[in-house]
Amino acid sequence: MSASVKTTTCYMCACRCGIRVHMQDGNIRYIDGNPDHPLNKGVICAKGSSGIMKQESPARLTQPLKRKEGAERGAGEFEPISWEEAFSILEKRLGKIRETDPKKFALFTGRDQMQALTGLFARQFGTPNYAAHGGFCSVNMAAGMIYTVGGSFWEFGGPDLERSKLFIMLGTAEDHHSNPLKIAISAFKRRGGRFISINPVRTGYSAIADEWVPIRPGTDGALLLALTAEVISQGLYDREFVARYTNGGQLVVTDPNAPNFGLFATDDNAEPALPEYPQNQVWWDRHTNSPVLSHTPEADPALFGNFRLPDGTQVRPAFQLLCDRVKQHTPEWAEAITGVPAATIRRLAHEMGVTARDDKIELPIAWTDCWGKEHRTVTGNPVAFHAMRGLAAHSNGFHTVRTLAVLMSLLGTIDRPGGFRHKAPFPRAIPPNAKTPTGPEGVQPGKPLAGLALGWPASPEDLFIDEDGEPVRIDKAFSWEYPLSVHGLMHTVITNAWKGDPYPIDTLFIFMANMAWNSTMNTVEVRKMLNDKGADGRYKIPFIAVCDAFQSEMTAFADLVLPDTTYLERHDVMSMLDRPISEFDGPMDAVRIPVVPPKGDCKPFQEVLIELASRLKLPAFTLPDGSRKYRDYPDFILRHETEPGSGIGFLAGWRGTDGRSAMKGEPNLEQWKRYEDNNCHFKLELPHSYQYMRNWNRGYLEWAQRVRIRRHADPILIHLYSEVLQRFRLAAQGKWPGRKPPARLASRISKYFDPLPLYYVPLETEHTDRAKFPLAAITQRPMAMYHAWDSQNAWLRQIHTHNYLFVNPETARAAGVADGGWMWVESPWGKVRCMGRYSEAVEPGTVWTWNAIGKQPGAWGLSAAANESRKGFLLNHLITDSLPGGTSNSDPVTGQAGWYDVRVRIYPAQPEEPQEVFPTFEALPRAPGTREAPKRWMAYVSGKITGK
Amino acid sequence: MSKQLALVIDLNVCVGCHACVTSCKEWNTSGLAGFLSDDNPYGRDPTGTFFNRVQTFEVGEFPNTETVHFPKSCLHCEDPPCVPVCPTGASYKRAEDGIVLVDYDKCIGCKYCSWACPYGARELDEHQKVMKKCTLCVDRITDASLPERDRKPACVLACPTSARLFGDVHDPASEVSVAIRESGGYQLMPEWGTNPANHYLPRRKTRKHIHEDELVRHDNPLKIDGQLPKPAPSDPSLDDVTSW
Repeated sequence: MSASVKTTTCYMCACRCGIRVHMQDGNIRYIDGNPDHPLNKGVICAKGSSGIMKQESPARLTQPLKRKEGAERGAGEFEPISWEEAFSILEKRLGKIRETDPKKFALFTGRDQMQALTGLFARQFGTPNYAAHGGFCSVNMAAGMIYTVGGSFWEFGGPDLERSKLFIMLGTAEDHHSNPLKIAISAFKRRGGRFISINPVRTGYSAIADEWVPIRPGTDGALLLALTAEVISQGLYDREFVARYTNGGQLVVTDPNAPNFGLFATDDNAEPALPEYPQNQVWWDRHTNSPVLSHTPEADPALFGNFRLPDGTQVRPAFQLLCDRVKQHTPEWAEAITGVPAATIRRLAHEMGVTARDDKIELPIAWTDCWGKEHRTVTGNPVAFHAMRGLAAHSNGFHTVRTLAVLMSLLGTIDRPGGFRHKAPFPRAIPPNAKTPTGPEGVQPGKPLAGLALGWPASPEDLFIDEDGEPVRIDKAFSWEYPLSVHGLMHTVITNAWKGDPYPIDTLFIFMANMAWNSTMNTVEVRKMLNDKGADGRYKIPFIAVCDAFQSEMTAFADLVLPDTTYLERHDVMSMLDRPISEFDGPMDAVRIPVVPPKGDCKPFQEVLIELASRLKLPAFTLPDGSRKYRDYPDFILRHETEPGSGIGFLAGWRGTDGRSAMKGEPNLEQWKRYEDNNCHFKLELPHSYQYMRNWNRGYLEWAQRVRIRRHADPILIHLYSEVLQRFRLAAQGKWPGRKPPARLASRISKYFDPLPLYYVPLETEHTDRAKFPLAAITQRPMAMYHAWDSQNAWLRQIHTHNYLFVNPETARAAGVADGGWMWVESPWGKVRCMGRYSEAVEPGTVWTWNAIGKQPGAWGLSAAANESRKGFLLNHLITDSLPGGTSNSDPVTGQAGWYDVRVRIYPAQPEEPQEVFPTFEALPRAPGTREAPKRWMAYVSGKITGK
Repeated sequence: MSKQLALVIDLNVCVGCHACVTSCKEWNTSGLAGFLSDDNPYGRDPTGTFFNRVQTFEVGEFPNTETVHFPKSCLHCEDPPCVPVCPTGASYKRAEDGIVLVDYDKCIGCKYCSWACPYGARELDEHQKVMKKCTLCVDRITDASLPERDRKPACVLACPTSARLFGDVHDPASEVSVAIRESGGYQLMPEWGTNPANHYLPRRKTRKHIHEDELVRHDNPLKIDGQLPKPAPSDPSLDDVTSW
């Protein structure tokens, strides 16, 4: 018996913990957390501990498949083909598209942690039609915070619970980094920290909160406005922080007739420094009672008042405008919207403000700010927040998240101990530098895209639109419909491509996203669109290729299926160019190294892209003589540089020929080995003086510029007031010298591009008859399946075999729905029959369920009789993908899918009805190459499966 | 005093993630106590052998609801009712560390022990026809070839919130004894007289009280910003009515 231990990085979810794979005689004996990995420090979750059952899943695809001649899409009828045939099909098809009209190729990926490579491929191909799943997941969280504080929860930042005293979590069930957050919450509670959860539902982390504050879905923005108002009216804001580190003291032009109305007044005698990030705004110095250049030494800005500049311009500090905005939002106002009692709102605001002010932390760390002021200590106001999809997945989510970021800033908690801390490569400029092309000329046959496919617009000039102001991208991202759609709108792609709006495409390439099932709104109709043909008998979406490790509802609709490997079978990187696993104290990236050979003929998606890019002779993958540049993916990772000689590659560790450079340096052919020897990760701990206040920390910013994490070293002032949003509003009001929105969208832009935090009723809710559909319906993923796709996992599926609709007993009884009984849940768009379950842990106006437990019969290697398809249901059938007026059911600022805006009513199923979910679907046949699973029973022993 | 190994489970930090459930299954299915089979693994009503399960229940009425995640496995009773009922001596309690085990070679699958167990902690494996249950990963904790750090039950090492403490509850200085003593550790259904070695730690609440005067302070920034309300000189004052 031979035993060995290999290390790699988990991918049972997006957390990406370090794992040890214990091998016995070449088989996997068990997988546990790597104690020498800084992220998870040896712990592992339910998913990570079930990796073996992913490896052994009967849904594993093991050979390329082609849809059978004559078979309908969705029927799942395939014949196996060779990789050579699969590649030639794609090479021929994509080659032709690239030489004629590259935008007819659309690449969308379910996972967003491989964007460095997928994004490069799309850009090199020349298509603008590329994005990952952020648009339907949590782009509001990224955009709302990054447009305000230059960083966001998520991979990019989080709550510093090690030093926090008060932790407020909003709209979060489980989250990544999931294990580090669990470790941190537990330690925080044991240290006596106070944990408050604001959520319509009490599950997951909320279960162990000291206080649960139930709230109606989609109303968090109102709560946050009221909290902000109360913090200001009680004087609980951190004045010093607001004055120096936000734009609160900068003067905004308030004369509506001025050409720069609502923009910052500037001192035209001062250099703007960088034109795109000017620093010549003006303060009103309260000592000299006169206007001065922002951040003039010894000056202190007035935060309140109404002033007139020497040239007669009427101005007000941005903070005053914020106060004017929030003043009307009293706790009583918010109570009526949120259901949270006004007294509770006041108490929460006081707890936040008093804790931030009176439990201050002073760390003996000297640092220098961007304006040259030396600080002897780093101050912390120990109030930490965390929020995620519960705030983001509403069509008012951008402003809700922005309001949260404003509140966090007023409390003085940004990149400070005990508050919110950034993770490299964040903070970014506001907005980040990356930009898309600005017009259709950026897309040219045979050429790479003239910009990035995804970017961060700073003004209407950065939109990706044609001369009529209409979208260039298939998902209409960066158009006037959703100007700041920084993660794209994957949820609109199929509908738009089917409609040919703005244009038809030829090939849709989907990686690891279940767009025919749980990752799509309006699932029933989208499935029809995927299979729909025009009058000429041809598919409206002519060709669909899907790469996935498992047979799913989506693979059934593919013309070509490419079998991916699992995480245990491939090389992979968690790159600084993408979403690395950085920690608060410094950049960290990681790799996967195969521990077992690929099953059957499956091939990592990374290798598929490298092969395709080489065959298509995409410039970055091709030598001047036309031959391929990289042997394979590991070779690409070692030798690729963002530009020749840039020294920036996918991995930041052990760069340079001697392996001694970090972040930047020549390629090092020993790099994989060095990662392997270091538990598959690289971490650079920053000096203590670079670990805090990074938006304004000269040392950090200059270091970041030196290693090319950032283009510039300019300070990143918090945008309490968003000039970016005001630019779009001015354009809508006809006062912007540049691009203007089409008339049909002008009032929409004017309304939602408010430079100040804003609450409005979510768009779909507004359109719905709330007397007829009185309840909000939301979903979440359970911890044992968070960010995972594991109903095919024999162990995990036993934890969640089917789902119920959870209903407050009072609500259920009023509707005549029995505990455990069959019931209907109906929205204006559809209805679902499911089983109900009484729960005291949900507020009475909300019903909810676990998402994506319900499956199509026969999908995911499950038998057609599996509970997942007989009792499990999808709420997606109730959710519309478009709103009256034709726009997507998305946030008008960012295009984030408004999953959580749907309104429903409930009633009991009749006794004579079948006790089975509705709608039901035809059972999928087993895909060729998938393993026949033991039907009656099985047992796993060190790589050997016993059973029948 | 003899040693009694046990788990102490801190309900104050357990978030119900099920890491203990599957890490246990993963270790034990290929271990000494294995295998841990699954019936209908990909079909209708799948059900398998688990030594440890998390039950979730609600306490109280909305809005004063507590959601409790409750991991449960064999409690390794000091006076285990499963042992004397065993007709073959398969069910036994180890003298050296108090772990309750089943000797599969002697077990005839008669289920007396599972009837006797008031906690429902035992599961009969229908395919090996023997009674199975938590062994505290006896094959890990006693394996000298493992690094010291790894000589703990799989669930304890896996638990992301370190809600599972492991040690000797007879040693008053052990981490588990201190936790039981200081954090209100309790046994399940002590009235049965089984004296379970495993203990649970209850939920604890942290609150904050704010004194009124904390909202009105001399350094209130509204003062600097001139926003604290000041009466206008024209407002009525004593000067309007009195000449002294």
